Amino acid sequence: MEKILVGLKRVVDYNVRVRVRSDGSGVETDGVKMSINPFDEIALEEALRIKERGDAKEVIVVSIGSSDSQQQLRTGLAMGADRAIMVETDATVDSLTSAKIFNALVEREQPGLVILGKQAIDNDNNQTGQMLAAIWGRPQATFASEVVLDGDKATVTREVDVGLETIEIDLPAVITADLRLNEPRYVKLPDIMKAKKKPLDQIPLADLGVTQSAGLTNVIFEPPEQRQKGIMVDDVAGLVAALKDKGLL
Amino acid sequence: MSKILVIAEHDGATLNPSTAKSVACAASISGAEIDIAVFAADGSEVCAQAALLDSVSKVRQIDNAANQSALAAVIAPQVVALAGDYSHIFGASTTFGKDLMPRVAALLDVNQISDIMEVTDERTFKRPIYAGNAILTVVAPAERPVVATVRTASYQAVGEGNSAPVEIAAADADIPSHTRFIELKAGKSDRPDLQTATKVVSGGRALGSSENFDIIYALADAMGAGVGASRAAVDAGYVPNEMQVGQTGKIIAPDLYVAIGISGAIQHLTGIKDAGTIVAINKDEEAPIFEVSDIGLVGDLFKIVPELKDAVS
Repeated sequence: MEKILVGLKRVVDYNVRVRVRSDGSGVETDGVKMSINPFDEIALEEALRIKERGDAKEVIVVSIGSSDSQQQLRTGLAMGADRAIMVETDATVDSLTSAKIFNALVEREQPGLVILGKQAIDNDNNQTGQMLAAIWGRPQATFASEVVLDGDKATVTREVDVGLETIEIDLPAVITADLRLNEPRYVKLPDIMKAKKKPLDQIPLADLGVTQSAGLTNVIFEPPEQRQKGIMVDDVAGLVAALKDKGLL
Repeated sequence: MSKILVIAEHDGATLNPSTAKSVACAASISGAEIDIAVFAADGSEVCAQAALLDSVSKVRQIDNAANQSALAAVIAPQVVALAGDYSHIFGASTTFGKDLMPRVAALLDVNQISDIMEVTDERTFKRPIYAGNAILTVVAPAERPVVATVRTASYQAVGEGNSAPVEIAAADADIPSHTRFIELKAGKSDRPDLQTATKVVSGGRALGSSENFDIIYALADAMGAGVGASRAAVDAGYVPNEMQVGQTGKIIAPDLYVAIGISGAIQHLTGIKDAGTIVAINKDEEAPIFEVSDIGLVGDLFKIVPELKDAVS
């Protein structure tokens, strides 16, 4: 295939202890480390491996949001993507709108595959890939842990609740990456320098002709109820006694 | 009044327990009329089980050879064909529901609400985000269907004292052939199912190997418990993926959860926050798991676990 499109979402880093703002308007992002959504990094790694095997010619990374996300696109370019598209908007973009944006880019770029992370670790929605596949009218292979390409088909193994499911899909299609699809490479310093010269297109969201549907309204963000720290026991006998006390043994 | 369609999850013969929990969520919307849709090659057996669920008005049986395997691309257009005058369409937040429901939502041109943990009113819902570090209240737009997945750990299954009518329904939809089922490798286990077990024993990276994980299985068997694992243990290859508990694995709510050699990353804790009692066994007394455990024991798991097994046998 000619092209693979990969989405890179800028999210609060995996290791940050997220805190809800006291006014309930959202979570604290000021001065917080931001990174590529970990599932998206896996998606990009898979696209790069497909290209390195000679099954694709170009890997294009896409981000949607404020221009801050260019940082994540540059990291994607340093990992090995060929070019980047920054869809710029200061508005909050929901999953359905993201899917419509990707669909608009699909119409422009005509990729053989779109690989996205299965979920973003900020809103934990797990929707955009499935929605894109629906709008595009193409197959979806979600929660992928193995992808094998064969001409105009792909065989994808999916992590499902009871184990591993394998499906065959016709291309073009959407694949969403699960944790064990691969281990993303580290970026090397010379690649970061090279990435600065790779093309990065900025497209205002309005230019894509995407119509937003009535979205969900976020009313309030609240901290979760905390579990209380319990008792410590000294040995197995103490543990067994405590469990018996609670009627659990 | 709310009219809710719940999409049944099943393996062709048995209704998945997640369906009764999705019904429970639907029933928490006051005055709701609830139907269940069963998409199968031959759904008779599953429909009979669905008809037992309390709060259900009727079961709609949609038989089609294409529904032999639960492929989202195949089922989604059929759900849309049935969507008609339903105000809500719910599925469980299982891998089946997570695969299917966003596809349904996009075909209906609405956003989807993921992981409902609490119903405020028929259009207002609470859901966890940021691995459970924040709870978001969202309102769905008026005049549009609410498509959502239900966080099953937040709900108790409805009872089975009903005898709702089963009607054969036709879903007039273009069914694509671009997605084909090849095979399902299901983990074989005689142990209680992780998602419904009342007791669960989980092991983490500290087990060190797949062989060492045997002491976890032995303890679980002595307790009649299901077995889970942290992401680290799955990534290290000690156990298969279907055992992962946490943000990106299974969200569970057993009466008793025993975390062994699991440090307690937030991504793991979000999968167990609704457990009745959490027991933590870890050699590191500073491990975050002890901040949320009800009973903690610091020590060498390779000594403690066999001893505990003998004590409960």
